[in-house]
Amino acid sequence: MPLVDEFQFGLDAPICLTWELTYACNLSCVHCLSSSGRRDPRELSTAECKALIDEFERMQVFYVNIGGGEPTVRPDFWELVDYATEHHVGVKFSTNGIKITEDVAKRLAGSDYVDVQISLDGATEEVNDHVRGPGSYRTAVRAMENLSAAGFGNFKISVVVTRQNAGQLDDFKAIADRYGAQLRLTRLRPSGRGADVWDELHPTAQQQRELYEWLVEYGENVLTGDSFFHLAGYGDGGLPGLNLCGAGRVVCLVDPVGDVYACPFAIHDTFLAGNIRGEGGFTGVWRESELFAELRSPQSGGACTSCSAFDACRGGCMAAKFFTGLPLDGPDPECVRGHGERALAGVAAGSAPKPSLDHSHRTRKREPVPVTIGMRRPPDRACDENPLAGFAPGPGR
Amino acid sequence: MSTDRDAAAFDLDGAWELDSRVSIRPERFGALLYHFGTRRLSFLKSRTMLAAVQALTDHPSARAACAQAGVAQAELPRYRAALAALAASDMIHPRSV
Repeated sequence: MPLVDEFQFGLDAPICLTWELTYACNLSCVHCLSSSGRRDPRELSTAECKALIDEFERMQVFYVNIGGGEPTVRPDFWELVDYATEHHVGVKFSTNGIKITEDVAKRLAGSDYVDVQISLDGATEEVNDHVRGPGSYRTAVRAMENLSAAGFGNFKISVVVTRQNAGQLDDFKAIADRYGAQLRLTRLRPSGRGADVWDELHPTAQQQRELYEWLVEYGENVLTGDSFFHLAGYGDGGLPGLNLCGAGRVVCLVDPVGDVYACPFAIHDTFLAGNIRGEGGFTGVWRESELFAELRSPQSGGACTSCSAFDACRGGCMAAKFFTGLPLDGPDPECVRGHGERALAGVAAGSAPKPSLDHSHRTRKREPVPVTIGMRRPPDRACDENPLAGFAPGPGR
Repeated sequence: MSTDRDAAAFDLDGAWELDSRVSIRPERFGALLYHFGTRRLSFLKSRTMLAAVQALTDHPSARAACAQAGVAQAELPRYRAALAALAASDMIHPRSV
């Protein structure tokens, strides 16, 4: 049986597990897929986090992708990183760079078991800060300088591809090369606050095609977390990676309060498999939850099965469909054949499911784009608080 | 990626061992391997291959490890190619005896 088919039926433990340590964040990125901002009072304690790491060690989870929120603002963050690596659980953590001082960078550079991913959503300050907030570009640059100066080779620069930065791929690559880092590109999902801005930020069809060609050319040296598997529908088999939706099969998410979701982009009750505080712990959820069993059984491709691209794209991303109001057995909203665009036209405004949780800062100065899926964006005005006000739309719009 | 030439160059009669930074997790189809140094994931596509890799350290040669794992003579070229691929990605390396 081909390996990809084996993966469809699930593994004894996830290959890649995302663990969001806190909903607290110093930023308010408009596309935050976990709607982070404020800490949740029910977040796992240090002792609970350590017990979970013990469980990962027993299950031989090789490494965890730690995120948030901004994980480094947890006072016990470094303690937990040390605990994980001492227990043979590697750590890759995503950060906006706020705590990556010279000293921290030196410490990090000394370990084989810790990898760092700096989030950057624009190759220029203007493009980045429109999405991630004022000052965030400079914070990221300072962190990258510190890591590079400390000799931390091959750290990751993580970019969510948007309509505004899709034309900057070569510039991102140049930034990564300058700091001896590796570029990681991921797909914008309409998850969390991302649903509010998806219409404005998601790449155009033309940009998707260019992105695909760029990935085929440079993809061996660029990480994607397999996130663009819907582009495999272009069909010449050139896209590196397994090109498989791993939700509940090879990946999952543990959120700050211990809830286990099928994937990091699906924070909604529909995709909630259980909680690690339950009797069977994380292992019980991974191996026995009904939701995961269902995801590991053969899936119906619905209307997509008659499409010649189905074997390549497998209908695309579950979370992207769900949060844009499309049926899970229909096309991806960014279907390369254009079926998603046609399906979206039939979704009533405001009918798409909302995320189950929202930890956004209550006093945000910059509100997310005030449109809902299915509505046209309002016209720019001088007083417009839209973070994308005045933004030049990309080509093909 | 391994090629036929890599496979032919793989020294079946040499002593090999798993890199100390590699962790192996048995799975239904074989096993998953993760190298903490290169941060690369790899796969063993059968339980027999897993047994062969696990036997490397305790056997004087890769050939002996394969025999211990129950690899038939006719299958040896396929296992040699898989071992060559593991060597090319630094998962295993020659052991000094």
